[in-house]
Amino acid sequence: MEHLQVLLVVVPLLAAPVCALLPGRRLPWLFAMVVAWVVFAMAVALALQVRASGVLSYALGGWAAPWGIEYRLDAANALVQLMVAAIAAVVLPYAGRSVAREIDPARQGGFYSALLLLIAGLLGITATGDAFNVFVFLEISSLSSYTLIAMGRDRRALTAAFRYLIMGTIGATFYLIGVGLLYAMTGTLNMADLAERLPAVADTRTVHTAVAFIVVGLCLKIALFPLHLWLPNAYAYAPSAVTALIAATSTKVAVYVLIRFVYTVLGADFAFGELSLAAVLIGLAVLGMLTASAVAVTQPDAKRMLAYSSVAQVGYMVLGLSLASVAGLTATLLHMMNHAVMKGALFMALGCVAYRLGGTAVADLRGLGRSMPWTMAAFVAGGLSLIGVPLTVGFISKWYLVLAALEQGRWILVAAIVASSLLAVAYIWRIVEAAYFQGPGRADVKEAPWSLLVPTWLLVLANFWLGIDTRATVGLATQAAQALLGAAP
Amino acid sequence: MLNLGLYNYWMVITLMMIGLYTVISRGHLVKKLVGLNIFQAAVFLLYISMGFVRDAAPPILTPGVEQYSNPLPHVLILTAIVVGVATTALGLALVVRIRETYGTVEEDELHQLDNDF
Repeated sequence: MEHLQVLLVVVPLLAAPVCALLPGRRLPWLFAMVVAWVVFAMAVALALQVRASGVLSYALGGWAAPWGIEYRLDAANALVQLMVAAIAAVVLPYAGRSVAREIDPARQGGFYSALLLLIAGLLGITATGDAFNVFVFLEISSLSSYTLIAMGRDRRALTAAFRYLIMGTIGATFYLIGVGLLYAMTGTLNMADLAERLPAVADTRTVHTAVAFIVVGLCLKIALFPLHLWLPNAYAYAPSAVTALIAATSTKVAVYVLIRFVYTVLGADFAFGELSLAAVLIGLAVLGMLTASAVAVTQPDAKRMLAYSSVAQVGYMVLGLSLASVAGLTATLLHMMNHAVMKGALFMALGCVAYRLGGTAVADLRGLGRSMPWTMAAFVAGGLSLIGVPLTVGFISKWYLVLAALEQGRWILVAAIVASSLLAVAYIWRIVEAAYFQGPGRADVKEAPWSLLVPTWLLVLANFWLGIDTRATVGLATQAAQALLGAAP
Repeated sequence: MLNLGLYNYWMVITLMMIGLYTVISRGHLVKKLVGLNIFQAAVFLLYISMGFVRDAAPPILTPGVEQYSNPLPHVLILTAIVVGVATTALGLALVVRIRETYGTVEEDELHQLDNDF
């Protein structure tokens, strides 16, 4: 299957309009779910191929690399691609029940069609080796996320989607300006080709400006503090299934693009040596980790609290990649996957709560530990992983991040990581306290249906499985990090 | 040093700043979208100016012509224009729904109605 690399993107892209035409409520969902599983199977097959044979390259339409669009898959994007496909494959079975409750029946065909477009866009960003193609897929995924967020039940979903649209478009346009300036200097859009031609013109103001535009644009998409303002409301008011999917995948895919640009296109020496990007990124990452965690503690709504926690977690990822070492990059790649698994599980558990209660205000969670034991147990397990308790995935990536910081003797960073983790204990504890230690059990509330619980617990178990057996994930992440740093010119 | 020989780029930067400023400073959601459009149009102009080669023919094969302008940035920008149209359409659709639900499209009033945002 030589076309697998492009089929991975084309299949969900073509399935989206078909899905919009399907009648009824169950049919679009079943169709979208099958597509997601097919995509997941393809992503697994591709990841295995990459592991066996290194870099895969596919020339779109048979046009050779620097002229045509090249799809290029190495360990780093195979990993991100696999993560996106896996989360989509778990979220879609969950979506059936949850979406049936939250979205009005007439709109469900369109809903699943937008969901498939989002998946196609995210996979496209990871699949391509062309800088302009990244922009196109970035916009496909963003436009579908604005639509999906606007479908939330709360009216604030509309204003949240609008705000995201404005900030997201500015981010993508900044990226476009940067890519245009790079093209003006080098005459190429292929990332590998850019990496070869850039050193000759690297010391010009045009290239410096291009890098500034690209980094700022991507940081808007990543929601790096202080460019995160779109994120909390967008996550809080989107439909539950959408929040689980977007929170688990979309910011991470943007982090991947930043890694790709900093390490493959610009090269670590240029980006961190000459441009001293690290000083800016590390500062913002640490500020983000601390302030967003602190704000999370004060949030009255559990979903919004987790959204702020996502801003803090993005800080860890950016911190790792700014350390410019194999250890730091490994930590970032690991945390991208691990955060997807734990935030996915947490938002899905909250989706179960919203399914029964209609909302996720912390005050409403009182006594829920007794009436919804499985849901709340899943939340607590995900919360432990978020804090970084040993035997969970959260511990693994924080461990590597701390090691990476210690390697360079940066004790302040270690202190910041620990402080942010302690704040995570504080905000997760608020939920635990409300659910288990306050109020009588609510007799009127029943446990969530198994069709919601099974996918949620699948991710919860993945939290522990990947936290105990780390051979596959750490191996792939280290391989990817070495390749990214080795490829640096 | 002002280099007015490249006046296209001066125009691009001026338009870009006008657009960005409008997005940031206006509270009316439709005006924000207009600002966003000006901002994007500036980027389109940037790409189109980039493809221009002095004393070169338009990129259509003609006998006897040696030098052509670069058509690739124009093709890229066609894609970006489509993306821009889609963004504007979606943005306006959202504004319509916001107006239906809230009865206003002024950002300050929306803030007040929700007490956050």
